[in-house]
Amino acid sequence: MTKLVIDNVSRIFPGVRGGAPVTALTPTNLSVAANDFITILGPSGCGKSTLLRIVAGLDRPSAGEVRLDGRRITGPGADRGMVFQSYTLFPWLTVAQNIAFGLREKGRQEAETRDIVASYIDKVGLRGFENHWPKQLSGGMQQRTAIARALANDPEILLLDEPFGALDNQTRSLMQELLLGIWERERKTVLFVTHDIEEAIFLASRVIVMSARPGRIKADLAVDLPHPRDYKMKTSPEFSALKARLTEEIRVEAVLAATEH
Amino acid sequence: MLRPLEPIGQGARIVLGISFFILFVLGWGFATFGGYVSRTFLADPLTMLADGWALLADHGFLFDIGVTIWRVLGGFVLAAIVAVPIGILMGAYKPIEAFFEPFVSFARYLPASAFIPLLILWAGIGEVQKLLVIFIGSVFQIILMVAVSVGSTRRDLVEAAYTLGARDTGIVRRVMIPANAPEIAEILRLVLGWAWTYVIVAELIGSSSGIGHMIIDSQALLATGQIIFGIIVIGLIGLVSDFLFKAANRWLFPWRLA
Ligand SMILES: Nc1ncnc2c1ncn2[C@@H]1O[C@H](COP(=O)(O)OP(=O)(O)OP(=O)(O)O)[C@@H](O)[C@H]1O
Ligand SMILES: [Mg+2]
Repeated sequence: MTKLVIDNVSRIFPGVRGGAPVTALTPTNLSVAANDFITILGPSGCGKSTLLRIVAGLDRPSAGEVRLDGRRITGPGADRGMVFQSYTLFPWLTVAQNIAFGLREKGRQEAETRDIVASYIDKVGLRGFENHWPKQLSGGMQQRTAIARALANDPEILLLDEPFGALDNQTRSLMQELLLGIWERERKTVLFVTHDIEEAIFLASRVIVMSARPGRIKADLAVDLPHPRDYKMKTSPEFSALKARLTEEIRVEAVLAATEH
Repeated sequence: MLRPLEPIGQGARIVLGISFFILFVLGWGFATFGGYVSRTFLADPLTMLADGWALLADHGFLFDIGVTIWRVLGGFVLAAIVAVPIGILMGAYKPIEAFFEPFVSFARYLPASAFIPLLILWAGIGEVQKLLVIFIGSVFQIILMVAVSVGSTRRDLVEAAYTLGARDTGIVRRVMIPANAPEIAEILRLVLGWAWTYVIVAELIGSSSGIGHMIIDSQALLATGQIIFGIIVIGLIGLVSDFLFKAANRWLFPWRLA
């Protein structure tokens, strides 16, 4: 069943201070099935964030449209949860209040909200930190809270823009397992942007590779590794074969992107 | 010894802060008791204290202090009630900003004290006129500073709230206002300080009570001790109100300090 359709979406940013307009995305098509975990790989500046922001409704395509469950997207909404690359917890709310933000906006019952928040605090392993301010958390804990905040809202699709980009390798690896664990239980539809190849394979049921600017979809690989997955899988021969193949795809693009500047 | 941004202990901070006050009074005492300045122009610290005591005990100066505080607070609270919502709306909605901003920027530079003669014509020399001076002096400053603060709300937080299903009023109510509340409190603290200068000027002209009135009366009597006492009282009230504001901010916005 198709959940999300990206239909000929392109984005051209007007020139800055009389400069030439920047084509961030050439017409792009992508069809996402329900419960898919799609990772989007690509060199820096290829339009990954732009694409995700358009799906979220935070940016408008210059042409084309995005449809969720057949309905055209015209602006941001609670049906598309987003986790940003930068830390975007509300600093004046505690961890629990941050997670409850969307539920309160929907006007849910106080008791129901409390239960949902408590269950997500457990799922992301933040028991004992409910009443901490975001400032008192490490980067990894902040991103876990951000994931819980997006999930608690029960969106149709979860959009993640390099959520673990700023974390060290060990933490990143733990976070991947945590996110995958949640996905294996809840089977949300996920779009996950990264430029870490291992991360892209480990999480995905499908990896999309984007070309250097102007961005377009260059390769589309199904990842048939079995679930549940754990970190040991990263050393399996199937994993390595996929990694070799994607490394080659990305390398070409990275070289292109580098010579362009 | 002195390292940039190196924090200092609470005790050292208090000792250093008080020692400058002591130094200041010592310098003042040295200049007056040593006979380097004429008594007619500058009273010494002890005369100042004696005059101050006489003011409080015999001349009902406490009443004047109360009147002045009420005027400042009255005018300031009125200004805040009008200005904070307008500032928030201007910061949040660009058309509202485009509508008000040019006028407010212009009005901000109109000196409140220059309005006093006009206000006396309109409102007489009663309380309304005093309140209006402070109102005019504060309202445009608050509007503009609040608008700038709210307008620079972190974009990513606004976008995060949108993706969590917040609608436009939700963004203003649940993101822009709480995100900028500490900044708004800080703006109010600053402008309250300025309001004190307006009230004294308002009381110097056409007034029969208040600290400013006492000061202008004392000038006629060449009672510099009383004048200085009045000025110091204003300083002390400012210090106390500043302290209360800061304590309230710490209590209201614990997330800032966390
Ligand atoms: N608001 C904007 N105005 C003008 N140009 C923009 C804007 N946002 C993005 N761009 C341009 O669009 C291109 C794609 O940007 P985008 O942020 O989508 O890249 P990205 O793939 O997410 O890169 P990274 O991996 O570094 O985050 C870049 O060349 C960027 O300069
Ligand atoms: Mg990006």
